[in-house]
Amino acid sequence: MNSARPNANLREPPRPEFERELVDSGVIGDVERPLGPAERLVGNETFQRFLILLVLIVVWELYARWLNNSLLFPTFTETIQTFVHDLSTGVLVNRTITSLRTLAIGYALGLVLAGLLTTFAVASNIGTRILSTLTAMFNPLPAIALLPLALIWFGLGTPSLVFVIIHSVLWAVALNTLVGFRGVPETLRMSGRNMGLKGARYVGLILIPAAFPSILAGLKIGWAFAWRTLVAAELVFGVSARSGGIGWYIFEARNDLDTPTVFSGLLTVILIGLFVESVIFRALEARTVNLWGMQR
Amino acid sequence: MSSVLLEVNGVTLQYKTPRHLVTATYQVDFSVHQGDRYVILGPSGCGKSTLLKAVGGFMAPVEGSIRIHGREVEAPGPDRMMVFQEFEQLMPWKTVYQNVLFPMKVTRKFSRADAVARANAAIEKVKLSEFRDIYPHMLSGGMKMRVAIARAMALEPDILLMDEPFAALDALTRRSMQQELLSLWDQLRFTVLFVTHSIEEAIIVGSRILVLSPHPGRVRAELDADTFNFGNIDKSEFGAMSKRIHTLLFGEERMSA
Repeated sequence: MNSARPNANLREPPRPEFERELVDSGVIGDVERPLGPAERLVGNETFQRFLILLVLIVVWELYARWLNNSLLFPTFTETIQTFVHDLSTGVLVNRTITSLRTLAIGYALGLVLAGLLTTFAVASNIGTRILSTLTAMFNPLPAIALLPLALIWFGLGTPSLVFVIIHSVLWAVALNTLVGFRGVPETLRMSGRNMGLKGARYVGLILIPAAFPSILAGLKIGWAFAWRTLVAAELVFGVSARSGGIGWYIFEARNDLDTPTVFSGLLTVILIGLFVESVIFRALEARTVNLWGMQR
Repeated sequence: MSSVLLEVNGVTLQYKTPRHLVTATYQVDFSVHQGDRYVILGPSGCGKSTLLKAVGGFMAPVEGSIRIHGREVEAPGPDRMMVFQEFEQLMPWKTVYQNVLFPMKVTRKFSRADAVARANAAIEKVKLSEFRDIYPHMLSGGMKMRVAIARAMALEPDILLMDEPFAALDALTRRSMQQELLSLWDQLRFTVLFVTHSIEEAIIVGSRILVLSPHPGRVRAELDADTFNFGNIDKSEFGAMSKRIHTLLFGEERMSA
């Protein structure tokens, strides 16, 4: 019979046992030693990002100089000059503030609506169905496509912008929050109910912090959508608004064929995006989900 | 003097899966007295965890009644603090100290100063003072379980419900946790309802053992195990008790196999 068991006759001869003195590991120095400043700098994320930016800027400057056509592609130095000039005259600052104010109103309203919708959705099965159907319908709809409709309903001006921003924020945040709520482990839910938590306290003290990684992802996506939508919407109809935002600044400069100013407007949009992502959201993450070990 | 704390009368529990209606326990009776270390023991499928959930108030019996101090159990509540098998029961966004304090804060059972003192004392009791301000993700499994136990005991519930609390721990940690639980009981004399599928754990931890048979869970026996502990684990009485429970659960024929 064919057996998998090793046959006694086929056993290996016994191998010798051994004990030995430990090898001297002194040659590698301390087992743990602090990294030098240069070693730490190389591994630093901010430093690496800075290097990447530096390379991009050098490439930009060289290409623009080689092209030598400020109307098509201004150099980095030219762009920075315009940027600094417009900052100092206050034009750029005003434009940016106008945009950010509108954005803040739209973003805040979007968050409130998303909060109401998801609270309703976790309270009942039918609420969940309603929210997932609405999200499936409206999430793929570009906010800009609603702009003509918004113009008819609210006229030219801030209300229309706020409307499209709400649309771009609401679904992304609501969808992520709902997904996060659903992913809260059953044991944690029971643990919360065990303490007698119910209703709004249960949502606020258990579900929201437990779903925070997802909620934060929703907030980030919502912010990016909103910022994008806002700038695009201002480009479309900033013309008749009394005080335009950053999109209008870009649009105006394009009409004057003032490409360095267009670039300086785009640079502003990028800088604000970078700031919100890598300063505000990064700080929020460090204080919450990273600290709690929910995300690394 | 001992008085009846928890009364379970003819409890039948059923739950629905998408395809079936499962009967977890059938007409189970037992009563837990003040200061008992009451163990529900049974193989998987005897509905012991479901039974504990019902006592916790997370599901209602289809038949029979569950009473604590004569009051019918209707909903989950902090008078029956539960310790789960899973480590996820701790709130990852709270430190050890905040986790222990949290239920006292939301139930407002104690004054603020009282709660703080109790939280610190409970953390000390489970030997985690050093890790007071650490978040749970930095702790080992055994430490997380100690936090959960400290959290439940600090609230001083009428009864502590433990659902296979040590099952997810490694064997060495499990043993030291059993020892710690027993020494805590020696100091505080709380009432605990403890679910396990390990015969050895049941005999060591329990003062009374309810043996359930599976599919559906029905009462097979209730035994006294107060005299057994780590001190006599190698004695023949311990072995005899273990053998007796084994026979109750699986019958004679399986023993000889």
